[in-house]
Amino acid sequence: MLLLQVDTALVLEKIILITVILMGSLGIAMYATWAERKVAAVMQDRRGPNRAGPLGLLQPLADGLKLFFKEEIIPDRSTRFLFILGPCLAMLTATMTSAIIPWGPDYVMDNGHVVSLQVADINIGILFVFGVVSLGVYGVMLGGWASNNKFSLLSSIRAASQAISYELALGISLIALLMLTGTLSLREIVAQQHGFWDNGYFTWNFFKQPLGFLIFLICTFAELNRAPFDLPEAESELNMGYHQEYSSMKLGFYLFAEYINMFISSAILSTLFFGGYNFPFMDQVAAAVHPLLFTLICVGVLLTKVVGFILFFMFVRWTLPRFRYDQLMRIGWTSLIPLALANMLLTGIAILWIFKS
Amino acid sequence: MKLTNRSVQIDRSPMTFSERIYLPSIAKGLSITLSHIFKKKATVNYPEQKRPFSPVFRGLHVLNRDEEGRERCTACGLCALACPAEAITMEAAERKPGEEHLYREEKYAAKYEINMLRCIFCGYCEEACPKDAVYLSETVMPVSYTRDHFIYKKEDLLIQHPKKQDSGK
Repeated sequence: MLLLQVDTALVLEKIILITVILMGSLGIAMYATWAERKVAAVMQDRRGPNRAGPLGLLQPLADGLKLFFKEEIIPDRSTRFLFILGPCLAMLTATMTSAIIPWGPDYVMDNGHVVSLQVADINIGILFVFGVVSLGVYGVMLGGWASNNKFSLLSSIRAASQAISYELALGISLIALLMLTGTLSLREIVAQQHGFWDNGYFTWNFFKQPLGFLIFLICTFAELNRAPFDLPEAESELNMGYHQEYSSMKLGFYLFAEYINMFISSAILSTLFFGGYNFPFMDQVAAAVHPLLFTLICVGVLLTKVVGFILFFMFVRWTLPRFRYDQLMRIGWTSLIPLALANMLLTGIAILWIFKS
Repeated sequence: MKLTNRSVQIDRSPMTFSERIYLPSIAKGLSITLSHIFKKKATVNYPEQKRPFSPVFRGLHVLNRDEEGRERCTACGLCALACPAEAITMEAAERKPGEEHLYREEKYAAKYEINMLRCIFCGYCEEACPKDAVYLSETVMPVSYTRDHFIYKKEDLLIQHPKKQDSGK
């Protein structure tokens, strides 16, 4: 009986956590669309949205409402089931990866009950992300293929080959990091980066793997289909890209999934390389404040890092022009993969000679 | 042939290593966009804030009145003659006794129309007018859904009576 009670509490706790994370990522994705337009405007000496509400803050709501009220068109010659499945898959895979990110340190209640701010601490950890991310290609692929439109098909083929090409470099650059941490669990990886400075060394992985981080970052851009790697959406070449035949909220789902992906990728980048919820002098802060407040501060720190990454993504998008497709493939296969391999080799040598001797 | 002194000789030497790895250029680009964050906005909040027109701006036509509110136009037809787009048509009429407060001269325009779909806003009518009657104002033409609305009649073109305007408000 006791076992059952504990279980229901755990399930309830997880359900609340999942709801909060889901709502949070939806909210952040919503306001990322607003922020994107605002960032672009500021960089181009414009004002950006400023009509709906103060500073245009109600703009995402207005956009969403507009998308819901638009006519929904499913092309006659499309494969109807797959056509609808496409955006659903994109949205599903976008939200699924948030499950393994540790959003904050464990909060120990007064009665000794430990609340974990991670939905699932699975021991395959980061591999789960890779699995789900590679599933995300299906969303784009199915959408483009089921549209029965040659431009969409071309664009989805581009998207798929781009995602597959860059996933190699992404994986290899991560292996170097995993060799250092010795674990796949994201909770462990974050715990190893405790604080900022320890025993005369930086604890954050960014300082141990700068090249790995760079490769990982570039590949993340490619995986997110974001400029300068946004070839699947090259409207000047492919009309609109894989979502050309989509209208109303199904199109909205595709665009929205991209922003959720951006949020989750930023969270993963901060977790893997920038210490997750760790921040300098966190031990002193932990001693000074109430544990609940400390947990919230940690969540805030992680979110700050995430927002920083999101802004960086936008920053790059509005600066760089799009690559040509052959350039994109050349960067992926002849630059990033060898670099990632070299980085892995160097890390191996460093581990063998410095840490083991 | 050198047309301006701004032309630059293209450097076709092979790219250096720092150019080939591309990242310094990216950093440079990012710094350019970053600097734009602190620059003054070039846009104005349109409906609340309007930019002044340039002094040579040629907008919608007006038919002028004199100080007493009489129409200046005498339907001489010089504006229609000067118009390269042939947008102006008019019909003249003779002033009857008792209408001196309405029209300045013995002849006046009973009908005066400008087809704004043909008009190219060249301002020749304004130049041709010997009576200072037709002017191009500093207003932008309002939009419309029907073509009829773009044929501006006399009542659309005449500016308001200076005396009646005061009392009317």
